[in-house]
Amino acid sequence: MKTVNIVGAGLAGLSAALELSKRGIACNLISSQPSERAQSVLAEGGINAALNTMGEDDTVAEHFYDTMKGGCFLEAESSVKNLTDGAPVVVEELLRLGTPFCCEEGRIMLRNFGGQKKKRTAYAKSSTGKMIMTAMIDAVRKYEAAGLVTRYPRHVLVNICAEDGKLKYIDVKDMFGGSVIRFFGETILCTGGLNGLFDGLTTGSILNTANAAALALGAGAELANLEFVQYHPTTVRITGKRMLISEAARGEGGRLFIMKSGKPWYFMEEKYPELGNLMPRDVVSREMFFVKRDADCEGEVMLDMRELDDAVWENKLSDLRNEIISYMHIDPKAEPVPVSPGIHYFMGGIRVDDAHRTNLDGLFAAGEAACKYHGANRLGGNSMLGAVFGGMTAAKTASGSECCTRAEIVDEKYGGDEATFAVSKRIGEALTEGMGIVRTAETLSSAQKMLEELLDGDLSRIDSLRVTLGLAMVRSAELRKESRGAHYRSDFPKTDDSQRLHSVAKIKNGQLTIALEKPKAGGA
Amino acid sequence: MKYILKIRRRERGSETDYFQSFFYEPQSESDTAATALESLGKCDTLTDINGEPARKIEWERSCLQQKCGACAMVINGRPQLACAAVLAEFKSSEVLIEPLRKFPTVCDLIVDRTTLFENLKIMKLWLNDDADRREKLQELAYRSSECIQCGCCLEVCPNFYVGGRFFGMSTVPITTRLLSEMPKQKRKEIMKLYDRHTFAGCGKSLACSNTCPKKIDTEELLVNVNRLRRKEE
Repeated sequence: MKTVNIVGAGLAGLSAALELSKRGIACNLISSQPSERAQSVLAEGGINAALNTMGEDDTVAEHFYDTMKGGCFLEAESSVKNLTDGAPVVVEELLRLGTPFCCEEGRIMLRNFGGQKKKRTAYAKSSTGKMIMTAMIDAVRKYEAAGLVTRYPRHVLVNICAEDGKLKYIDVKDMFGGSVIRFFGETILCTGGLNGLFDGLTTGSILNTANAAALALGAGAELANLEFVQYHPTTVRITGKRMLISEAARGEGGRLFIMKSGKPWYFMEEKYPELGNLMPRDVVSREMFFVKRDADCEGEVMLDMRELDDAVWENKLSDLRNEIISYMHIDPKAEPVPVSPGIHYFMGGIRVDDAHRTNLDGLFAAGEAACKYHGANRLGGNSMLGAVFGGMTAAKTASGSECCTRAEIVDEKYGGDEATFAVSKRIGEALTEGMGIVRTAETLSSAQKMLEELLDGDLSRIDSLRVTLGLAMVRSAELRKESRGAHYRSDFPKTDDSQRLHSVAKIKNGQLTIALEKPKAGGA
Repeated sequence: MKYILKIRRRERGSETDYFQSFFYEPQSESDTAATALESLGKCDTLTDINGEPARKIEWERSCLQQKCGACAMVINGRPQLACAAVLAEFKSSEVLIEPLRKFPTVCDLIVDRTTLFENLKIMKLWLNDDADRREKLQELAYRSSECIQCGCCLEVCPNFYVGGRFFGMSTVPITTRLLSEMPKQKRKEIMKLYDRHTFAGCGKSLACSNTCPKKIDTEELLVNVNRLRRKEE
């Protein structure tokens, strides 16, 4: 019986499992923790689809254009077209699974989100990710009971082995018992973003260690656009991580200001009269960086939600308010909240074509683990869409081929398969130096030096691959001598059309190479 | 002020526990037990309160902001999420940290919560048809979908034990959501299983209600399902 391996049981992994199940194909759903713990449950604001339920004449073509434009036209048009064409179907399917999206009088409600002029974001208050995940987990449970989905819910990926451009097997380790299981056959990586490279500095989950991407790079997979790291404008530091204040806060009317010459300056509204506080995230974060440096400005950038009316707080943002009160001891209804940009999403990742194939036969990637759809900057509301749609597409592709699958317990000892904290800390320091909101040749070269020195030391295999992944990120940023989306270089502040290409990192004959290449499209 | 974290520990494969204490210097007044454990995990060489080298403390975590349920444990005798347990709110500077005790311990603060997920399967908690969504039940479906399957409710339940016929509160939120989205004539099977695994064993102590980290009103959910159950009769 054909069985597909899925690594990662967040939204993309569940979506792949569901799609395979519907086709009667079995899968192994492998994850370091149960789905309830996946980063997807943190997603707040919503999911985009041009459902046109708000009387604004929205169209799929506009969703396509906004996504291309938000991503600074870096992604292949065919990929984005597939995504935005598929979006209404995705949201309707989630409704059928029982996701409690906010509905009124029989129509699904949509809210404003950054980089989009029309209301297009379906939501369940500000816990949309949790609500979608609950519905997806329940849907997949049916197929677990039927024997089509076999969960390995405490199993960590420790090795990817490929030969001659073809995936051979993956090894996963049981975190409770310690045994290693070797899975042969087609494998979809849904392992999330590269948070683990920026230890404690992102809004995401600690489970997204970046180890899967490092192992894929080591096995010969191509990674793309690693320099595009999304800084979300409104985050706050809490102990151990950064906490997100959803873009929904601005979608529902929240405004950003900074004190300038003694008065509040609503800088986004002044600089960008049309979209104002709802410009794409890269633009808002960069403007926040610049106003903070402005000699006439003082203090932190503040998110002002005092004008939102009671009904909005009650029906749309109640959990957001509770969270701000609980962690910051500020009631956003009464007081502005100090915010600063924080790392939130990685547009780059494992390079895939429109069918979600990597360059290694039999290996696929989806969700934030993959580089697809979002170009140089992701729009809010497109990540959950990309995860569900990508997982579904990868599953369709993987279901198309005849491939035998088996799993066996192997007597392999993976000592030192966990990243060492001291090394991770150093990687984080180097990347903080090089991969900030504003980059220059100097900061990138200093980051590169730090990582190269680290590589010269005596490192475990996984540490060495993680440092190499960090290096790939810095060198991709160095190679791109332009500013585009989330990649802003003060030494090359303009966008250069000749560089409308993807940066591709791979290890060839033991050497890390970075090159600019055409986006990988087609195949779907 | 320095905290002393007294941790109940166990080696992998062992059946005996021991206690080991560690100093923790807080970085801010909002530091939680999770902050402290995270910080101890980042020591190059961990030493206990007597300066003796100690093995890394194993515990589960993911989101660190009360949304995933991974870090549920017993702190000063009360099951809760470590990421919500603000140290400054405890009376004493010595904090006792133990794993959830109802589930088998794997190692240190890690327990095997497989039973939570297996019970949901036994209860056949899924929709066989498209959701029959009713707007007036939207809020109920939302509130019940907030359950994070952490296991705190089972820890305090006087009637629940792993392997028993009574599944406790942790299956009720999902039961509630599914019933709110199921046409009446389809509810029978889930109701039968609810009777067998929840209704029959629940002594209504409602200890779960005071314990839920997501503040799910378990009494409200139970009353709601029981009302539907009566209608079936």
